[in-house]
Amino acid sequence: MEKKPIIEMRGITKRFGQVAANDDINLELYCGEILALLGENGSGKTTLMNMLSGIYQPDSGEIYENGERIYIRSPHDAFLHGIGMIHQHYKLIEVFTAAQNIILGLDEEKMDLAKTNVRVKEICDRYGFEIDPARKVYDMSVSQKQTIEIVKVLYRGAEILILDEPTAVLTPQETQKLFNVLRNMKEDGKAIIIITHKLNEVMEVSDRVAVLRKGRYVGCVDTKDTDPQALTDMMVGHSVSLNIDRPRYEHPEKRLIVENLTCIDDEGVKKLDSVSFTAYSGEILGVAGISGSGQKELLEAMSGLYPLREGSIRFVNDDGSEKELAGLPPMKIRKAGVGMAFVPEDRLGMGLVGSMGMTGNMMLRSWKDGKGALLHKKDPNALAKKILEELDVVTPDVNFPVRKLSGGNVQKVLVGREISIGPAVLLTAYAVRGLDINTSYTIYNLLTEQKMKGVAVIYVGEDLDVLLELADRILVLCGGQVSGIVDARKTTKDEIGLLMTQFNSKEEKAHE
Amino acid sequence: MNTLVTLITAGITFGTVLMYGTLGEILTEKSGNLNLGVEGIMYMGGAFGLAGAFYYEKAAGAAAAGPVAIILALLAAFAAGCAASAIYSFLTITLRTNQNVTGLALSIFGTGVGQFVGELMRVKEGGYVALSNNLKNAFASSIFPKGLIDIPVAGPILFSHTIFFYMAVILAFAMWYYLSKTRSGMYLTAVGESPATSDAAGINITRYKYLATIIGGGISAIGGMVYIVTTAGCVWNHEGLSGVGWLAVALVIFCLWRPLNAIWGSIIFGSMMIMYLRVALPFIPTQLYKILPYVVTVIVLVITSMRNSRDKQPPASLGLNYFREER
Repeated sequence: MEKKPIIEMRGITKRFGQVAANDDINLELYCGEILALLGENGSGKTTLMNMLSGIYQPDSGEIYENGERIYIRSPHDAFLHGIGMIHQHYKLIEVFTAAQNIILGLDEEKMDLAKTNVRVKEICDRYGFEIDPARKVYDMSVSQKQTIEIVKVLYRGAEILILDEPTAVLTPQETQKLFNVLRNMKEDGKAIIIITHKLNEVMEVSDRVAVLRKGRYVGCVDTKDTDPQALTDMMVGHSVSLNIDRPRYEHPEKRLIVENLTCIDDEGVKKLDSVSFTAYSGEILGVAGISGSGQKELLEAMSGLYPLREGSIRFVNDDGSEKELAGLPPMKIRKAGVGMAFVPEDRLGMGLVGSMGMTGNMMLRSWKDGKGALLHKKDPNALAKKILEELDVVTPDVNFPVRKLSGGNVQKVLVGREISIGPAVLLTAYAVRGLDINTSYTIYNLLTEQKMKGVAVIYVGEDLDVLLELADRILVLCGGQVSGIVDARKTTKDEIGLLMTQFNSKEEKAHE
Repeated sequence: MNTLVTLITAGITFGTVLMYGTLGEILTEKSGNLNLGVEGIMYMGGAFGLAGAFYYEKAAGAAAAGPVAIILALLAAFAAGCAASAIYSFLTITLRTNQNVTGLALSIFGTGVGQFVGELMRVKEGGYVALSNNLKNAFASSIFPKGLIDIPVAGPILFSHTIFFYMAVILAFAMWYYLSKTRSGMYLTAVGESPATSDAAGINITRYKYLATIIGGGISAIGGMVYIVTTAGCVWNHEGLSGVGWLAVALVIFCLWRPLNAIWGSIIFGSMMIMYLRVALPFIPTQLYKILPYVVTVIVLVITSMRNSRDKQPPASLGLNYFREER
């Protein structure tokens, strides 16, 4: 018998400015199944689900529930239609108990926490959750907080649950627990969508997989009929030629030797795990990986911003002598005569001061120069003018607040400043994120130009096509570990795609 | 012993003023709005409250009744406080201006308006604004029979106060009940903790913020009126209120945003404020003595910032404006 979908999305399109986050997407969801929504970062998974949960409105396209067209204008509408979404960032009041959080916004006749506690317990027992309704949220672990979010949605009687990367913050054991709960809910007839980019989880828990790539719907397959290789192909797609100029540098030499770099974050999670590699002068070393695999920590650790647990970062001078940089703050690195330039991911947060003009931002690099208490504005001003001309920054004036410039111009100001110090090592994080094609090429050319000057460029990127054509070698990170370093001229997208996801599955197997 | 009883009794009189200011500000801050304009609001409450009673008496003449005057003074002060904090609410909630700057501006504005109205009344009435002894007594005397007040020790401490003190205590209990036992109180707390979460849960943030801030301002303003009709003896006095509003803001922190703590907290602070009049300490100049509450406030601020229990922290979104689109 043909099953009828409980939710059907037809021709959904959503644009943010020029960019189509979702382009003509069709999706069907049935009761009693777990659908995995798979795709790389920025492929539009979360955007699509946000439209189902009422946070965004589609620009065009239709949503049907049990064959009837519905309009979801707010999270409240979604809840009336039995749709509940568990976001990556939990929306909980920390000083409230679990039960208080669960009934927040539910205007029943009377507030009776004792009764709520009983009902919460019922739901927990039914699906195998373990939470104490009377416990305060600030006392809870991340996985318990997630549990509250799920129970909150179930308490409201949701039939359709959407989980946005639910396992990103969980330990393997907690992930197993979550999957068991999801299976129980499936048995109970609920329809579940999990957004993920972890292939092993897709294979383990889902019944069907829908794949998105760059905002487009690639296809939908039954999990039992597919394998990780096929899914990777669907996820990364075929190579697209971008024609980025990639000259070879004649005499590459060792510039930066990184050994056994290990970092642990505040919550005790290993963000970097024994990362070792060597960066050469005159080379662009691309860094690929699913977001949150340790890219940010790697760059910040190298520039002296992130505390190291262990490991060494040695800078090789032109005469072959080595200098240990591990544990030095940025100012000391600079004083040691190491030209380390850093173009961070968060341009206006970490890179530039938004309310200052170009000149002021230039001074952030040079305020220590010169003597006396007064600022020396002449040189930064000249530098700002030079960058403005050479990089074609569109701004009314060098003193115009950079916050008000477009993303591309902001990035030009930042890259221009970092290059101006004549660095020996240039670290860039998502240098072209949010930029249009032309500006992206300007940035690629700038980086290549630096490379040909003998700079060791480290380029963290998310677009594999770009990495394949821009970089000389590609380092792939997976779960904080280096899962491979490949020659960008010889490798393929598939190979990198597999490296990006492979380590997790290996680890998973080791657990079993 | 006698000195102590006098000190506590006088402390309660002054503490009542602080209690209104503090309770109002607790309600405001629970919604996540840090209204630093309490000083100005209390000034306005004082001036308008006195005006309410004064013009009522002028109109009614000898027939003026105490209870009516009390109600009118309360209403006038409350309305003035509501109006002042409505300006603050509109600026910070709707126009999303910086809460600190807006609050400070309101302090200056309210102080000015209060002074202006007070002085205007004074000049118009020929240099002196005061109520008749009849009404003064209505404002300043206890609601309990003389027999109770005459009980040694307990009498003066428990029963000798004006109606305003007992109202403030009832208000503190009512606010405690509201915040900890009712759904609406829970929602208000949620709004102050995390507007984004509350918004997602379908709570009308704007409404809660407006109502809490406006009513809170009204309650604070009553404190100013109580000062004028009790401590200041129903005479417009433009100096006595200065600093009281700031003390109330400090008390909110001292009380850990809990209404019941405001009862004893206000009395302690009130006692410290008037201690220099009642307990003479040798070698310490009065001027130094007078700064005692402020010194205590500083110490309390230091201690509170060292606390690490999450239950004793300020509302998490205090001082931050909420934009739905900003994620």
